[in-house]
Amino acid sequence: MTSSAGVDARILRAPHPVPGAPDNWKRFFTFNTDAKVIGIQYIATALFFLLVGGLLAMIMRGELITPAADLVDRTVYNGLYTMHGTIMLFLFIFPVLNGLNNLLIPCMIGAPDMAFPKLNAAAFWLVPVFGVILMASFLVPGGPASSGWWSYPPVSLQNPLGHLINGEALWILAVALSGISSIMGAVNFVTTILRMRAPGMTLSRMPIFCWTAFSAQTIQLIGLPALTGGAVMLLFDLVVGTSFYRPEGGGDPVLYQHFFWFYSHPAVYVIILPVFGVFSELFPVYARKPLFGYPFVAGASLVIVGLSLIVWVHHMFPSGVPQWMRDAFMVTTMLIAVPTGIKVFAWLATLWGGKLRLNTAMLFALGGLFNFVFAGVTGIMLATVPVDIHVNNTYFVVGHFHYVIYGAATMGVYAAIYHWFPKFTGHMYYEGLGKLHFLLTFIGTNLNFFPMHPLGLMGMPRRVSSYDPEFAFWNVIASLGAFLLGVSIIPFLLNLVSSWVRGAKAPANPWNAIGLEWLLPSPPPAENFEEHVPTVISGPYGYGTGRPLVEHQAEIERALQQA
Amino acid sequence: MTISTSHDAAAAPQGHGAAHANHSLTGFIIFLCSESVIFLAFFSGYAVLKLSALQWLPPGVEGLEWRTPLLYTVVLVSSSGTVALAERCLSRGKLWGFRAFWLLSMAMGAVFLYGQAIEWRSLGFGITSGSFGGCFYLLTGFHGLHVLSGILLMALMLQRSFRPANYAAGEQGVIATSLFWHFVDVIWVLLFLLLYAWS
Repeated sequence: MTSSAGVDARILRAPHPVPGAPDNWKRFFTFNTDAKVIGIQYIATALFFLLVGGLLAMIMRGELITPAADLVDRTVYNGLYTMHGTIMLFLFIFPVLNGLNNLLIPCMIGAPDMAFPKLNAAAFWLVPVFGVILMASFLVPGGPASSGWWSYPPVSLQNPLGHLINGEALWILAVALSGISSIMGAVNFVTTILRMRAPGMTLSRMPIFCWTAFSAQTIQLIGLPALTGGAVMLLFDLVVGTSFYRPEGGGDPVLYQHFFWFYSHPAVYVIILPVFGVFSELFPVYARKPLFGYPFVAGASLVIVGLSLIVWVHHMFPSGVPQWMRDAFMVTTMLIAVPTGIKVFAWLATLWGGKLRLNTAMLFALGGLFNFVFAGVTGIMLATVPVDIHVNNTYFVVGHFHYVIYGAATMGVYAAIYHWFPKFTGHMYYEGLGKLHFLLTFIGTNLNFFPMHPLGLMGMPRRVSSYDPEFAFWNVIASLGAFLLGVSIIPFLLNLVSSWVRGAKAPANPWNAIGLEWLLPSPPPAENFEEHVPTVISGPYGYGTGRPLVEHQAEIERALQQA
Repeated sequence: MTISTSHDAAAAPQGHGAAHANHSLTGFIIFLCSESVIFLAFFSGYAVLKLSALQWLPPGVEGLEWRTPLLYTVVLVSSSGTVALAERCLSRGKLWGFRAFWLLSMAMGAVFLYGQAIEWRSLGFGITSGSFGGCFYLLTGFHGLHVLSGILLMALMLQRSFRPANYAAGEQGVIATSLFWHFVDVIWVLLFLLLYAWS
C-alpha cells in the first residue's frame, strides 16, 4: 500500500495497457467506466459537433458575404444562429473540456480513476442523447428553436404552429439534459479532486489545471441549478400555459433573463478557467521555467468563481433594470479584470527570459493568450454601461465573445490536445501538420472575428441575414476568415487520425515535463499507477530547480525508460 | 484492488469499501448543496413576482388557508426527529428499532403527501391562474416530488437492511438518505413561511 514497499515491483513490472488496447476500438462505443476512455469519447463527440456547428456558421457567413438575403430563408437563418450557438456551447466546448478533465484530473492528482466511474459514464452518454434530441428539432414541423441561444421570452414562447413537440420545447429538453449531465460530471470532478489525491499532494501542491477545473466545476454546481429552475418555468409557460414570464398573466420576462445570465455568464468562466489551467501547465514546460506566482494564479481562480456569481446583470444593461443595478454590476464586472490580470502577468513573467520551444502546442497556447488579451480589452469596454448601451445587440458583442470562445478557449483546447496527445494515445503527432493547423486557425480567427468590431461600432445589428451595403467590406473579410477556419479543421483531423494510426511511438515523457501524468507510461494503464501511487514531495513546476516531484523519482523514470 | 490514493484510505485500515463509501457521502453532500440552488432560484423568482405584481392573488381567491397545512407541517418536521431516532438505533445495533422508526418516518412523509393532495383538490385556482397559481403549484409540486423521492430512498434502505452484513462497510446509505430527508424538511419550512405566512 505504501509506495516504498512497491518500488522493486515497479522496476520489474513492464507497464501493460488494457487488454486489447489501444487497438481495441470497440471500447469507445460501449458504456466504459475508464476515465481515459470516457475522456476520448467526450473529445471525439465534441469534435463531431464542432463540425456540425461550424457547418452552420459557414452557411451563415455564406449568407452574409452579400448584403442581400439570398442564400437561405430568413426563418431558416434564425434557426441557424440559434442552433450554432447552442451546439457550440452545449455540444462542443463543454463536452471537450469535460473530456480534458477526465483525461487529466485523475492522472495529475494520482488517482486510479474518477470517484464515481459509473456516474461518469452515464454523464457522458447523456451527451449523444441530447445531441440527437437537438438535431431532431431540425425535422419537426416549424423547424428548430429560432429565438437565439438565450431563448428570451416572449419570443421563445411563441408557438405559431401549436404543436406540443416543437423546436423550442426540444431545445429546452436538450438544455435541461445537458445541465443534468454537467451536474453529474461536476459532482464527480469535485469529489475526485477533494478526496482522491496522491499521498503528499496537498492542495498547495496541486497542478494549476486541477485548481482551475475545480473552480470551474464549482461554478457549474452553483449556477446550473438556477438555469434549470428558470428553464423549467419556461417549459411550463410554453407547454402548460402558466404565466411566469408572460406579462399578460402577471409574469415578468426580465425574470428569465436573470435566471439565464446568473448561470450563462459564469458559464463563460467554466469555459475559460480550464483554458487558463492549460496555459499555466504549458508555459512552464515550453519555457523551462517554474510558473511565476503559483499561489496567486491558484487563488485568482477562486476569486474569479466568487466574482463570476455577481456580474450577470451586465448582459441586461438595456433590459430596463434600475440604474443602481447597472452601476453596481459595472463595477463588479470590471473587478474581474484584477484576478485575470494577475494570471496574464504571471504567464508573461513565466515566459520572460525563458528558453521557448515553439512546437504546435506552445504556438496554440501563445496564440490563445494573444486573443484572450484582445478579448479582455473589448470585455472591459463592454462592461462600461454607456459603451454597452451603444453597441448592444451589434456585431461588436459577437466579435468579443468569439475572441473569447474561439480565439482563446478553443485555441487553448487545441493546445491541450496537442500537448497531451502523446500521453493518451501513445503516439507522437506530426509537427508540420500541427503548425499548418495553427497558422490557418490563427489567421482565420483574426480575419473572421476582428472585422466584427468595426462592424459593431458602425451599428450593424447581430442576427440579421441582410444588411446595408456600407457594411459589405468588413463582412466579406469576415466570411473569408470563416471559410479559412473551416479549412483549418482538415489538417487537424488528418493529424489526429494519421498520428494515432501510424505516428511514431511516444515515450513516457516526450516534453521533459514535470507532473504525475508524465510518470505514467504512454498510454497509461486502465488503472493509473495501479498499486504504486507515488508520494509527492514538492510543488509542481520545478523546472530548472532540480528538485524531484515524488519519492523514488529516478527509479520510476528508469523503469519507464526500460519498458 | 485497494485505493491507496486518498489520505484517509492510506491511513485508515478499513480498506476499499469504507474509502469508497466516504466518497459517496461527499458526492451526495455536494449534490445536495447544488440541489438547494434550484429551490433558491424558485424562491427568489417567487419573491420577485410577488413583490412586483399589481394583482397577486387571482380574482375570487382570498388567500391560502394555513391551519390544516400547519398541522401537516408539524407531521413532516417531526419525521426528521423519528429519522434521527432510527439512526441512533442503528448505530447502537438495534436493527428492529431502526426499521420501526424508519417505517414510521416513511408513513409520516406519506401522510404529508396525502394532506398535500387533499389541499390541491380543494383549492379554487389552477396552475394557469396568473403567476400566483403557477408559483404555488410549481413550488409545492417540486417539493412534493422530493418528499416522494425521499420515501422511495427510505424504502430502498429498508429493503437493504434485511441483507446480511449490509452495514459492514459503513452506514453511508442511511446517513445520506436521512440527510436528504432533513434537507426536504428544511425546504418545506422555508416554503411554508413563503407561501402561507407571508401575505
